[in-house]
Amino acid sequence: MKLSYFPGCTLKNHAKNFEDSALCALNNLGIEVQELDRWNCCGTVFSFSTDDLIHHIAPIRNLIRVKEQDSDKVMTLCAMCYNTLKRSNLRMQNDKESLDIINDLMYREEVKYEGDVSVFHLLEFLKEEVKFENLTKRVVKPIKKLKVASYYGCLLVRPKEIGFDDQENPTILDNLMEALGADPIDFPYKTECCAAYQTVDKPEIVADRTFQILTSAQNQGAEVVVVSCPLCAFNLDHRQKHTQKKYPEFKNIPILYFTQLLAIALGCSEETLRLDLHYVDPKPILKEKALI
Amino acid sequence: MRVNLSKKRTEDPFVAKVEELSGQNLMVCYQCGKCSAGCPAVSDMDILPNQIIRFAQLGLKEELLKSKAIWICASCLTCNSRCPKGINIAEVIEAIRQILLRKRQDHVKVEKLTEEEREDVPPIALISNFRKFTS
Repeated sequence: MKLSYFPGCTLKNHAKNFEDSALCALNNLGIEVQELDRWNCCGTVFSFSTDDLIHHIAPIRNLIRVKEQDSDKVMTLCAMCYNTLKRSNLRMQNDKESLDIINDLMYREEVKYEGDVSVFHLLEFLKEEVKFENLTKRVVKPIKKLKVASYYGCLLVRPKEIGFDDQENPTILDNLMEALGADPIDFPYKTECCAAYQTVDKPEIVADRTFQILTSAQNQGAEVVVVSCPLCAFNLDHRQKHTQKKYPEFKNIPILYFTQLLAIALGCSEETLRLDLHYVDPKPILKEKALI
Repeated sequence: MRVNLSKKRTEDPFVAKVEELSGQNLMVCYQCGKCSAGCPAVSDMDILPNQIIRFAQLGLKEELLKSKAIWICASCLTCNSRCPKGINIAEVIEAIRQILLRKRQDHVKVEKLTEEEREDVPPIALISNFRKFTS
């Protein structure tokens, strides 16, 4: 099986740990991944305004690249890319007039977009295609005795039309962690927004949100928090620096991509985890649990 | 805060523009307040999400355009997912931002960000911030 894959901008730099760990894990599952040729940034946010068609070109062009690969579906890892690609696609599938305008604007493309590509997230693929029970059988290094809080954030579950789990109480990441042998920890802030792009001009808001979210997870006993979005990862991990300044009582907690624990469980080497890209070093807890 | 209401204000083209850009019917809101109850950002807002809808219904254009709240919302969509009337509140707030942004009234001045602010954050943060806060 060969999967068309859209990485998005941040997976190639700040979130290389996300990409490398995911690709190694998929490789160890025997799944071949083919990165799209000439992919471009999806725009990161779905365009809300009814008349703003121009911003749908970026996501839809990527779907044309999928067709050029003779594929009809594309996988994302980043939650923001997932949301943007999937919502733009849905709009085009339901609104022929907008689709015609978009195609007219992209008249130099050799392939026309017809709403005929589907967008899915790696988590959906693991649940629906690989299936968690089969994944458990493939685990070579169980994530034993590690208490993992899964943070879903906003974009995997909202809005309902594109979310692949319950909006108020998603469990897909927890179920995956359990399949890998970890102890999933439930906490009330798992879908609370981390303040996203406010991190650029209002990092103090992110410091508050990071404090609330991570303290809540720690109060439930979490030793690490897993995420699926590079922006959540930046805010919850790197912004702990600001959080600690604002809240001296705050204690650091490592933030991991779910794919890093998946990669460990499936026997990937420590190099593929790119633990050097983290602000809060996950090595001590991973070493303590004999996972690296 | 003193607010003057008039029928004239409700007929301001601003109200129609907000409805058009957001694709929402503002008049279906019955002020239950669930949007504000669930919003993670209310502690930093001067006008709460349910009040934004009410102000928009009443055509309180100036109050909305100068509010801090419209720039605090990060479109997390918790309000949308909980509205019993199916209003997309985040889209309404986006429409108000757009009315300013389309007049080149940017909230974030890219050229004024310090080197540290620019270099420290990943592309995903910069792109989404500029998409939401610049024209």
